Amino acid sequence: MKNIETNKEYQEYVDKMSPNSPIFKNCFNAFWVGGLICVIGQLIFDYFVFRGFSEELTGTIVSISLIFLSAFLTSINVFNKIGKFAGAGSLIPITGFANSIISPAMEYKSEGYVMGVGAKMFTVAGPVLVYGICSSVVVGLLYLLFNAQAVMLV
Amino acid sequence: MENFLGSLDYWMFLKAFIIGGLLCVIAQILIDKTKLTPARILVIYVTTGTILGGLGLYKYLVDFAGCGATVPLTGFGNNLAKGVIEEVGKNGFLGAFIGGIKASAGGITAAIFFGYIASLVSKPKMKKQ
Repeated sequence: MKNIETNKEYQEYVDKMSPNSPIFKNCFNAFWVGGLICVIGQLIFDYFVFRGFSEELTGTIVSISLIFLSAFLTSINVFNKIGKFAGAGSLIPITGFANSIISPAMEYKSEGYVMGVGAKMFTVAGPVLVYGICSSVVVGLLYLLFNAQAVMLV
Repeated sequence: MENFLGSLDYWMFLKAFIIGGLLCVIAQILIDKTKLTPARILVIYVTTGTILGGLGLYKYLVDFAGCGATVPLTGFGNNLAKGVIEEVGKNGFLGAFIGGIKASAGGITAAIFFGYIASLVSKPKMKKQ
């Protein structure tokens, strides 16, 4: 590697190196951590289906198990480290949604149990629930509109 | 236990890994290339999942990749849409207001309950990261 002598050269060097390499590394880490979380989910899913649970119930069991895992890892301060390393890899699976509830709940405990824990829990999860639920109502209404059989039930 | 290990479909694990990973990579690119905050990305994911679920398209991804499609937050959105459609089929208009939460009640309740428990057992002042 050649020596960097002037500020300009340094800037060029930074420009050349920085835009590409971190995003590639971030994406790689996000890919394998996110994929691994889904594989853990699949393993739990297969196990409970094997034990004779219905697929629908098993979907809920997978969510609850992963959320519990996320809560446990968040409370011993490990999840934040995984999050820093994996970025979207731990954010996008249901673990990230759980972490977005659990992490502020712990952090704002000092502001009290009602306006601290109770309110701050939903800083990120609140918007997710609002948009998720509202769009699901729209889906339901549109389905009602375009499905004659369902309209008959009104 | 041996029966269980023998029954596993390893091809499904690979598909779950790749699809789940790719959904995370898309979000990572959005984080790095745009100024979207994680909260906005989660909102985009859940809404996209609901729309795709409402159109009946997301279930193909679920059939293909299993938990690779259901564990990411788009799967949560799909679950809301699926629940709403099912409930509208059963109860008509009222179903639009019942189905979504009903289908995802377990996850939401678990996150809130475990979050509350975690805040109870944790020390009030966490070390700043």
